[in-house]
Formats: sequence, structure tokens, C-alpha cells
Amino acid sequence: MSDTSDQQPRRDFLLRSLAVGAGAARLPLAGAAATAAAPATAAAPAPAPAGYLWLRPDEQAFVEALVNHMCPADPLTPNGMDLGLNLFYDRALGGNWGQGDRLYLQGPFKKGSANQGYQLGMTPAQLFRAGTEGLAAYCAATYQKPFDRLPAEAREAVLKGLQGGKIELANGVPAATYFAQLLQMFYEAMFADPIYGGNRDKQGWKMVGYPGVNTANKVNIVKFSNKPYRPEPAGIADLS
Amino acid sequence: MKRFNEVDVVLVGGGWTGGILGKEFSEAGMTVVCLERGGPHTPDDYSVPRMRDELAVGQRMSMMVNTTDNTETLRNKSTETALPYRRLGSYLMGTGVGGASTHWNGHTWRWNDNDFKIRSNYETRYGKKYIPEDMTIQDWGVTYAELEKYYDKFEKVSGIAAKAGNIKGKKIAGGNPFEAPRSGEYPMPPLVYGHAGDLFAATATKLGYHPFARPTANASVPYTNPDGVKFGECQYCGHCERFGCEANAKGGAQMTVIPAALRQKTFELRTYAWVTRVERDASGKKATGVTYTNTVTGEECFQPAKLVVLCAFGLNNVHLMMLSGIGEMYDPVSGKGLLGKNYCYQTGSAAMLFFDDHHFHPYMATAGIGAIMDDFHGNWDFDRAPYGFVGGSTVGTAMYGGRPIQWHPTPAGVPAWGAEWKQAAAKWYDRSMNITATGAVMPNRGNYLDLDPTYRNRFGAPLMRMTFDYYDNERKISAHSAEVINRIAAALNPTHLNKAVARQSWSSVPYQSTHNTGGTIMGTNPGNSVTNKYGQVWAVDNLFIMGASLFPHNSAYNPTGPVAAIAYMAADIIKNVYVKNPGKLIHA
Repeated sequence: MSDTSDQQPRRDFLLRSLAVGAGAARLPLAGAAATAAAPATAAAPAPAPAGYLWLRPDEQAFVEALVNHMCPADPLTPNGMDLGLNLFYDRALGGNWGQGDRLYLQGPFKKGSANQGYQLGMTPAQLFRAGTEGLAAYCAATYQKPFDRLPAEAREAVLKGLQGGKIELANGVPAATYFAQLLQMFYEAMFADPIYGGNRDKQGWKMVGYPGVNTANKVNIVKFSNKPYRPEPAGIADLS
Repeated sequence: MKRFNEVDVVLVGGGWTGGILGKEFSEAGMTVVCLERGGPHTPDDYSVPRMRDELAVGQRMSMMVNTTDNTETLRNKSTETALPYRRLGSYLMGTGVGGASTHWNGHTWRWNDNDFKIRSNYETRYGKKYIPEDMTIQDWGVTYAELEKYYDKFEKVSGIAAKAGNIKGKKIAGGNPFEAPRSGEYPMPPLVYGHAGDLFAATATKLGYHPFARPTANASVPYTNPDGVKFGECQYCGHCERFGCEANAKGGAQMTVIPAALRQKTFELRTYAWVTRVERDASGKKATGVTYTNTVTGEECFQPAKLVVLCAFGLNNVHLMMLSGIGEMYDPVSGKGLLGKNYCYQTGSAAMLFFDDHHFHPYMATAGIGAIMDDFHGNWDFDRAPYGFVGGSTVGTAMYGGRPIQWHPTPAGVPAWGAEWKQAAAKWYDRSMNITATGAVMPNRGNYLDLDPTYRNRFGAPLMRMTFDYYDNERKISAHSAEVINRIAAALNPTHLNKAVARQSWSSVPYQSTHNTGGTIMGTNPGNSVTNKYGQVWAVDNLFIMGASLFPHNSAYNPTGPVAAIAYMAADIIKNVYVKNPGKLIHA
């Protein structure tokens, strides 16, 4: 489910919903594209898809395509949306961190050296929004399509171009800084406790063999020294 | 302004040194007020499972200072415009009762005369010309012999697990053969190495080096310290560095000296008390107390005291001295002025090793686990001349928790996302180990602290400005450490090796070390230092400074050992000599 290849009807679904009635589509559901085709009377799948709190519809489509590209379905895990990675982005950007908690944002703002670190006058959420706007303009100008409609090779080229700073975003957002945040959030979404929306069913942890909060290892560190050991992971919700 | 009654001592900051002095002074019957800018500590702070949240605690750094309250501005060279350290990265300061001791790794070393007599040692062995003209190193004016009993006391109070390498001159197998003579064994046996430490130790030994278990404040066995504080046994839970310990297995001020001080009727701990200024009388030579803001009510308060002691994190001690206008600011052009001089940090290097056929279980860890060697730092027989540097580095494994947001190593060349990344992350998570080095940084004329002309903190006060970069000496240390690491790594014959490379310039972005030293350095006379060896400010007799801002240079060792030992030594002389006859403890 939730395939976001160039055939993906998600964006069309969102646009349709918006056209049908503003009220009906004000809070599109994550993964709604996949369920939209099903009859309205079908039994609700479990777990119920969670709604977006902060991302706009165009941003939802971008993030869904991004996380499915960065985490494609394979024998290790389902794809990024099925791990809830898109929800992690939504919650993190809309939450304290995204809104600038613990980030000194007094001016004046000047472009510093790389060694001086982050110097933009934007919260992570503002950087995400402006960067994604810049990227949408870039994709429209270059491919005449939004990112979520690009084939995988073009998506890869765009992400590499952002990472290396080779793509210039017309609105002035430093592409590499924007991308570094997207990538850092990807790792966080994969490996943060599932309580934050990503890493669904601890599948990110299972992929690498991290036990989560299962952590009494006084005996294990000797007993399993250099031996295979893959305990069933536990998250915060399991122990609360 | 609210004015309190005068007390014998006011302590600025409630971490290790505030706790140590608070306990010692109040047990001696002195009236003490300790002002802590952060909040109180309760055992519930570290309740599980919520403490084991890598995103909130390890990544968003919920236990650290909030840069929106106060931060520093940074630049590599004085020709640049300093810009704010907007988001924590390179160094992580703690806050609240216990300070950094709540989240520290616990690595505790006994710095010795190699460091305390650094200029004399190098001049004697290598000649005066060996020391670069712009390297402002100097002897500290304190000796290992003076500090030995205080190191011993702190190791017992904070619960250090390790093996002695030298007791009263007799070398002990299994410990650090390069350490200075100790009066006795550590209070607890060392932690286990873990598989990475086992591999490193075996290979380093084969190569002729002398690995041992890193000394650390993680209780390897259930332990009761001399004050009756019970430590739980470390469970190698992997949530230690940057985290608080719910089992009290990691020694910290909040569970040892501060509760002990709080049992004394004459000790008062006031939290949410942000000191903004040390006040002095009209002569400027006597401190009268401190002004602080109650951050809950916003009220400004004055706490008068006969004795004022700055016990905050080193950088904050320097900042407070500057905001109080005490002492002449250092000028890098003329070399005059002492306040802000000799700011130092640390360098190092690191390699990642990947093995098809090993299992490291990186999450079975503490913040102090691992094998380490002192062959290129504490070992004075190591001839620096071929490398041309002053100082050195320690080299060991640093597998501190395997929390996967920050630990998902992949061999060089693997993409950072996508199917190939997933396969590599899945394969190597459990099959990787690191070898890291921590290197000394010598003071340089161009590295210093002063006040920023532009940026301000939440109280409208100027931020402190840090001008710092690595110079040739540090680049040589880093290059040498990378060479040593790569030699050991090659001998381990990994499937893939991400080699160690030398650091060239200091970046504020990736985490490196919270060992920021200097700025209010100690020394032998008022011409070369802000304080004497007891931390007593030459120009203001009843003002003392504790912490690593006293260090005239930085070593490869972690700073807490001498920070605590100097605090205990100062406590002794203040209790036993100063209070009977207030005034200069050293005439120079």
C-alpha cells in the first residue's frame, strides 16, 4: 500500500478532495490515498490511519514521497509511510522542536562559516516550509512535475543535488541546510521511540537489532559477548 | 530589590564544586547559600521508561542548557564576526541541581605533574625553543602531591570504578602504568570492557601498548560511599552519556554531596536563582555578595556573603567575572590582561571498524565503558620531539550506548538513504566498533574569551564571545593520534575501515567534548593568573573560583578529577585557615 511511484494517485486524490469541498478535506488522512479506492462501507483497517496536524496537503505529498524513497519497501521493512515516518515529520515539525524550542533566534542573522553552525533566522518548521516551497518551484521548473510525481531516478537526483548544494533554491533557502534537516529527521523517524509516530511496531529497531528500552545487560554483556543476540525490542508504551 | 541576611558563604552554581564546598562548609558549621540557575532535582527526573528516550534526551538534549536563556558567540579567528551558538553541538552544558554531573560520562582522571609543571617539564627536556612563541603555557602552581588525598576522596565519594596502576610507587598489572603514585586502590573494580574493548585491549597489548579500563563513575558493583550514599549496580543500559541514571549507578553531585549538604541546618539550596553579578564594596577589593534574578518571579535579589565562590560551569564562571567587571580583559594583540586568557578545548580523531564476523551489541554499554591507553599522554618517556608537539592523546574504544539515531555506522561510500543504506545499517549496526582519541589543546595567544558586542542573553546581558581554533600543535597531536588509531585498526584486520583523519579546524557543529577550560586561570602570582592555586582571586581576597576555568591549559584527560580535587583542597584551607584569618592565602 501507499506506493508513491509516478503512477501514484495521492496528489490527484488530494486535489479532488479539495475540489469537492474545503471542509471535507481540511485534514487529509495519512495513507488516505490507499483507502480512498475502497468502498466507503469497508471495515476500518487496523491500525486506523492517523491524521496530519501540521503539514499542508502539498507538504504531505512531498513527505510521503520522500520517506518512501528514502525507505523503500524491501525484505527488511515496509516502506516509509507504513513505518509512519511521514507522521514523525508532521509531529516533529508541529511540535516544540519544530517550532524553535531551544534554538537561539535573536538577530542579527548573518551567513557564517560552516564551523559556526546553523545561522538562519528560521525555526525547523519554517526552514522545512520555505525549503519545500523552494523545492516545489525547482521541480516545477525543471521537470514540470512535483517531487511526488517524479520517477525514482529523478527523485534521487534531486535529493543528491540538494545534499551537495548543487541545486539552488530560488527563494534563497540554502539547499544543503534544508536537506541536512530532512535527512536528520529521516534517521530520527526510523529510530526514535514509536511513541513519536515513526518506527512503527519498532520495525526500525528490529531492522538493526536495537532492543529499545529493554536494557538490563549486566549479565548479557558477558554471556553474549561476540555471540548473536537479538532480543525482542520494547518501547516506552510497552513499559508504561 | 529583595535583600537577604548575610551568610558566611554564597556559592554560585549547584554542580560538583558547589556540592563539594556546600557539604564541607556546612558540616564545618558555616552558613551557606547555594544559588542554582536551573531547577531542583528529584529522583523522578530519571524515571524509566521515559528517561530512555533517545529523541528527547539524547537528540533534543532535554537535560542540557537552553540556548535561548544564554549561549556564547563563536568564531575561529578574531578577524571574523562571531555568531551565536544557536543550537547545541560541539559542547553540552548541563543545568539544574547537579549540573553536568547528572548527564556526564563519569570519566575521571588524576592529572599529574606532567600537566601541572608543563612549561618546566618541556623546557628541561626539549629546550626553551621547543615551545612555540604563541603557545602561552605555564606551570599551574599546584602539585600532584598536594592533590593526591583529594583525588582519593573524590574517587570514593563519586564512586569511581577502575584498577590502580601505581600504588605508592609499586606498579600494578591491569591499571594505568603511567599514572602518578596513588595512596590506595580505587573504591570499585573496573567495568567489563565489552567485546570492542576486549579486541582493542588484546591488539594494543600485542603492539606493545598498555591498555586498561577507563576510570569512570559507573558503579561496577553495588556500592556505599563514605557518606552512606547507596549506588545501584550499573546495568549497562546504554542510556548514560547525556542521560540521568534512575538506578543511581552513575555518581553525580545531585545524589551525593548535595543531599549530604542539605542534611545540614546551615545549608540552603535556592533553585531558579540566576546570578547576574558579583558585587563589591567601594574599594573594589572586597566582594559583598551576589545579585541574582529569581527566574520564577522575575524578582531581583541580593544575597550578601562574607565569601563568594563561583561554582558554575567554567565558561559561566568566566562570563560572570566579565559581567561583574572584575579584572582586566585579555587583549590578544598586546597579550595584556588575564580575564579570558588561555581558553582551551580538546582535539582528537576517530575510526570506525566493520567486521563481518563479530557481534558488538553496542547498546550493552555505559558512558564509561571501554579500554583505553595512556602511552601517548601520561607516558613522559614518549618522545614528542619527532612529532613536534606539546601534550598528547589517549586512545581507546568509546562504545557508549549504540542508540540508533546517532549510532548507525556504515562503511565509507554507502549511500545515506535508500535500500542500500538500509541493508548496510541493518548489517553493520551490531558489527561495528570505534577507536577514538582525545587530545590535549595548548593555549594559544589567538584563542580567548571576551564579551560579544552584539548578541545578548535573556537578561539583556552580552553573551560571551569565544575565539578558538586549532593551531599547529593541535593538528600535530590529532594527526599523530589518527596514525596510532589506524595502526591498531589495521592490526585488527576489519572487513572495512573508515580511517581516522586529523582534525584541522574547530567546528561548533558535531559533538566533540564538553571540556572547555581556562579564562580565569590559576598561577603563581597576580602577573600571570587570575587566581592562586586555591582559586582565590588575587585582586579580591574573598572571591574564589572553582572549576575548569582555572586550568591554564587542557590535557587529554577529562577535567573532573582536578576540578573536584582543587575544590576539596580549597575547602580545607578555607575552613581551616581562611575563616580564622581572612585575607590572601598566598603572598606573591
